[in-house]
Amino acid sequence: MAVALVLLEILPGGALAASSAGLLAAARRVGDPVALIAGPAGAAVGAGPEAAVVAGSNAAFGAGRDAAVGAAADAAAEAAALGAVRVLTADVDPDALTLPVVDALAAAVARESPDLVLASNSVESRDAVARVAARLRLPLAADVVGLDRDDLGVVAHHAVFGGAFTVEGAPTFGTLVATLRPGAVTERLEAQPLAVERLEVVASGVPSARVESFSETSAPSTRPELRGAKVVVAGGRGVGSREDFALVEQLADVLGAAVGASRAAVDAGYVPVSAQVGQTGVTVSPRLYIALGISGAIQHRAGMQTATTIVAVDKDPEAPIFAIADFGIVGDLFTVVPQLISALEAQKK
Amino acid sequence: MKIVVLIKEVPDTWGERRLDLETGLTDRAGSTPVLDEIDERAVEAALAHADAHPGTEVIALTMAPASAAATVRKALAMGATSAVHVVDEALRGADLLLTAEVLAAAIRRTGFDLVIAGNLSTDGGGGVLPAMVAEVLGVPQLTALSRLEVGADAVAGDRVSDAGTMRVSAALPAVVSITEALPEGRFTTFKGIMAAKKKPYETVDAAGLGVEAEDPAVPRYIMVSVAERPPREAGIRITDEGDAGEQLAAFLIAEGVA
Ligand SMILES: Cc1cc2nc3c(=O)[nH]c(=O)nc-3n(C[C@H](O)[C@H](O)[C@H](O)COP(=O)(O)OP(=O)(O)OC[C@H]3O[C@@H](n4cnc5c(N)ncnc54)[C@H](O)[C@@H]3O)c2cc1C
Ligand SMILES: Nc1ncnc2c1ncn2[C@@H]1O[C@H](COP(=O)(O)O)[C@@H](O)[C@H]1O
Repeated sequence: MAVALVLLEILPGGALAASSAGLLAAARRVGDPVALIAGPAGAAVGAGPEAAVVAGSNAAFGAGRDAAVGAAADAAAEAAALGAVRVLTADVDPDALTLPVVDALAAAVARESPDLVLASNSVESRDAVARVAARLRLPLAADVVGLDRDDLGVVAHHAVFGGAFTVEGAPTFGTLVATLRPGAVTERLEAQPLAVERLEVVASGVPSARVESFSETSAPSTRPELRGAKVVVAGGRGVGSREDFALVEQLADVLGAAVGASRAAVDAGYVPVSAQVGQTGVTVSPRLYIALGISGAIQHRAGMQTATTIVAVDKDPEAPIFAIADFGIVGDLFTVVPQLISALEAQKK
Repeated sequence: MKIVVLIKEVPDTWGERRLDLETGLTDRAGSTPVLDEIDERAVEAALAHADAHPGTEVIALTMAPASAAATVRKALAMGATSAVHVVDEALRGADLLLTAEVLAAAIRRTGFDLVIAGNLSTDGGGGVLPAMVAEVLGVPQLTALSRLEVGADAVAGDRVSDAGTMRVSAALPAVVSITEALPEGRFTTFKGIMAAKKKPYETVDAAGLGVEAEDPAVPRYIMVSVAERPPREAGIRITDEGDAGEQLAAFLIAEGVA
């Protein structure tokens, strides 16, 4: 069967990134998923003293380093458990940004002649596959939401302009390189027996930026990740302050939801930029999206309008969010939300 | 120093944005074209350096239909020194690889110390172009910078990802892309608009750059189908009369999501 080569990302602690399962499942529709794990020497196959692995970036700095030993040894096993039929590992210089991973990918493509090269459309991975496409002169499909095969070869699916349009694309011939929108594929594969192979990589010598330092995002949240979350509770400028944003988080916790925000809330410093939903933030497609104090500017809607059910609470009856809400409440979020929380908690008991 | 800023004309995100269902390309007639907001910030980043370092040359570069001239002029009116506009019918609907090869060829031709791009264009771009251009040019890429420091012979910045913040640096020449954490573009003044009319504005086609737009030996990414999703409709809307929270709880429970 044809090979679908998948670049996996490793977190600072050494575990595979959350995107891995979806990547392998998406790739499986095209061919046998073969994973590439490119990290510092000794990583992924265990034993190394500096066993933190990361693809396309370097998270092996600082606090993560010690914790990574051991955990990273399991990365290859984790990839197999998520459905990789084979795992290729390559040693890369962790202090050089992206290029060692590009060299490893190029070597893997030469060896495997895959029909597809797939990576997450994340800050860490997309540069690596973008460079590989440019180097090997292969067609690139960015930010796909799914992949398939037809009689002629690989077909990629895109959701354009906030999901208002769906587009299918294909390479005229040969290998397709693609980046997958995080959270877009929720399918999961069965585990495969572990088969690890070491990849020999010849450095291209293309100059690379240096990674001078890395500071891990403090206090990783215990809430579900925004991308791919089933329920998202989002707050906007209407929440009014960083302190009051706790109310949004409280509702999220009652619903087991991820927390999102509008750009105005991010700009005002209520929440980190990673929570931004919309055109220039994260695109989500949850089962339920609750917008609190978000007017629903077109750029915000672009990131959430494909949610199955949309709920909005806003003081302004003219707010555009109501045009797409399945359940809209014209009211003050500071009275509606506490009441909602108590009603939900009462129901739970 | 020579800074090339990559700018792109996109449909205004404030209006309805459409794809042409026949061609799959952005429907330019149906939407108001503007200079992408992120590229205004990229121009601003270059101009901020130029303000502090007289003698800096800022070249705005785009690959776009001839109709994008007004958008390119905006970058000149903001303060860019000159503009290069790649126009060619054969480049209509160019895929990412071809776009990257064209832009890289144009950058090589003007010469550069630094290329500044937006991290992500608002019309469906996947934020991959800056890295592709860097690869064709054979230089390092520093993408998604939320902080940019341009030195005489090096560039550095902060790069935020899900996992954390990374500090990166590279010797010039290099390609960087910036995020919307960087300052907004400056307003254009009447004086700036008048001055823009006299600035060098060069148009060039693919052949002029030595790029073969329709080389059958190079694989391309093509669109095979386009469909429009039916628009969403509004559902129930109530005005809070003291029990909206309870009504919402009942709705969520009935929907099976709480
Ligand atoms: C190129 C570009 C890209 C952009 N990308 C994004 C993006 O990715 N994501 C994004 O979100 N935006 C984006 N924007 C910004 C977008 O245009 C809006 O400015 C932004 O979404 C507004 O956020 P908001 O709804 O929180 O604020 P506002 O529009 O100010 O809305 C706040 C709402 O809160 C309501 N309110 C106030 N107090 C209360 C209360 N006590 N109870 C209930 N309701 C209350 C108000 O009635 C109002 O409707 C982008 C803009 C541009 C130009
Ligand atoms: N046709 C183009 N002409 C000039 N610059 C472009 C073009 N397309 C993309 N860019 C640049 O690349 C950045 C990222 O675009 P994209 O990869 O489309 O998300 C944009 O913000 C621009 O700076």
